[in-house]
Amino acid sequence: MSAFDVHRYRVDFPNLNISVHGKPLVYLDNAATTLKPRCVIDAINAYYVTGVANVHRGVHYLSEQATAAFEYSRQVVRQFLHARRVQEIIFTKGCTESLNLVAQAYGRQFLKSGDEIIISHMEHHSNIVPWQMLCQQVGCVLKVIPINDQGEIIIEEYLKLLSDKTKLVSLVWVSNSLGTVNPVKTMVEAAHKKGAVVVIDAAQAVTHTPINVQDLDCDFLVFSGHKIFGPTGVGVLYGKEKWLEAMPPYQGGGDMIKTVTFAQTTYNTLPYKFEAGTPPIAEVIGLRSALEYLQTISWEGMRQHKQELLNYGTKILLSIDGVRIIGTAKDKTSIVSFVVEGIHPHDLGTLVDREGVAVRTGHHCTQPVMQRFGVPATARVSLAFYNTKEEINILSQAVKKTQVVFQR
Amino acid sequence: MRDELYQQTILEHNRSPRNFKKLEGATHAAEGYNPLCGDHLWIYIKVNPQNMIEEVSFEGSGCAISKASASMMTTALKDKTIEETNLLFDEFHKLVIGQLKPDQQSNHLGKLTVFSGIWQYPSRVKCAVLPWHTMHGALEKVKTISTE
Repeated sequence: MSAFDVHRYRVDFPNLNISVHGKPLVYLDNAATTLKPRCVIDAINAYYVTGVANVHRGVHYLSEQATAAFEYSRQVVRQFLHARRVQEIIFTKGCTESLNLVAQAYGRQFLKSGDEIIISHMEHHSNIVPWQMLCQQVGCVLKVIPINDQGEIIIEEYLKLLSDKTKLVSLVWVSNSLGTVNPVKTMVEAAHKKGAVVVIDAAQAVTHTPINVQDLDCDFLVFSGHKIFGPTGVGVLYGKEKWLEAMPPYQGGGDMIKTVTFAQTTYNTLPYKFEAGTPPIAEVIGLRSALEYLQTISWEGMRQHKQELLNYGTKILLSIDGVRIIGTAKDKTSIVSFVVEGIHPHDLGTLVDREGVAVRTGHHCTQPVMQRFGVPATARVSLAFYNTKEEINILSQAVKKTQVVFQR
Repeated sequence: MRDELYQQTILEHNRSPRNFKKLEGATHAAEGYNPLCGDHLWIYIKVNPQNMIEEVSFEGSGCAISKASASMMTTALKDKTIEETNLLFDEFHKLVIGQLKPDQQSNHLGKLTVFSGIWQYPSRVKCAVLPWHTMHGALEKVKTISTE
């Protein structure tokens, strides 16, 4: 029995109380987006009810307050990532924008024809397409590290791909469709030996493990607010100051400039150089609240609880006839992708939804992973620290009920 | 129950799809693909000189809804004229988006009314219409149809 008191935390998430098709919601789609604790909703609400103002402009009271709250949030993110300096924290609209920013602002400045970029076979489309676009623009070449039948990166193949031509490596830390946790630290070290910079997609990693970008020594790291119990519409780009300084702006507009004349514009300092236009103020404040909320919960407690859920969920699903799990890496986060013989994942998704169970079905924006495992789609259970074994039992019953429907 | 999606007829057609083969001597063919869920099928049609559909078949893989819809479409279109086919296509399309209530409005859908509840599942409507759009594309000589 876990010492982790899950019910103490479940009350913090109002969305857990809803019913779906007359059944209590069983929310098992946390890799798509997490639910939001009351404090996050309250923080966003408070900004809109009593604190609305733009930031970095105006001298009036509300503007000063909003700017202070916004910049304090940057401090909280810096601490969360253990970044050296607050200037290294850029707010974006999400992980996808963060990756595009690096591809365009860093990539177009530092990569040229014939240079190589390495990604893995298990990347999300958002960590594939921006690099393909860069390759088309500057003539660099995309190389892909293969994965094995368990859904793990084949490290020997990675080391073979690394060469003096490698200028950038962009890797997912935790796979959203397979659950695999990649050994990013050793992979960063190997890339640095060849002089390549490394981008880490931490979209799923942020809820899996504490992050220390200095220890990891990655050059860039990206994540989205809404996958860590914060609001949608906000994400983070961490970048080493030396790279951010050397990069041209990504977008032009207000806030990212020091002076503008028709003859010449000078750009603002970090981090504002990369934050053109009014930022997502309420969302940044909401993200801060989510990170502060997480600080009140023990990482070790969450880790153990989710490991138990993963072990239990894997066992329960495998006990059902015809279930096959896609992604069986040794080191996994609490994500279980599976297929049921004779039932298309979309039919399964629709039928378990009638039992109140929310799972993701489809290719999870990782079509190359689906191709690698020869399936058009999977059903995916992704568990957060507020999920329970009882919920896994309800899922299991719903899957069995679907099988009965299909045998009718 | 009219609002239930997975009715016996649909499940049965999913299990034993009719006309599930490549059609030799097809006069029209097209490929249909739904990248969102991976439904992927080919429709083959043989139209005779009298502008009548002699035979329709399909191949491919997909969810139960798309497979049953394709199977039932192949049986519904046999011996129909192009005009009747276009009318049926139009009626089926209205049915799955909830604009045609088969109990209240006259129609030619017959057994196809088992799909009448699907408008309540907006994300699944495209599964049901993929074979129909692909068939329509084949008659219009469009090679690849995609629904998202």
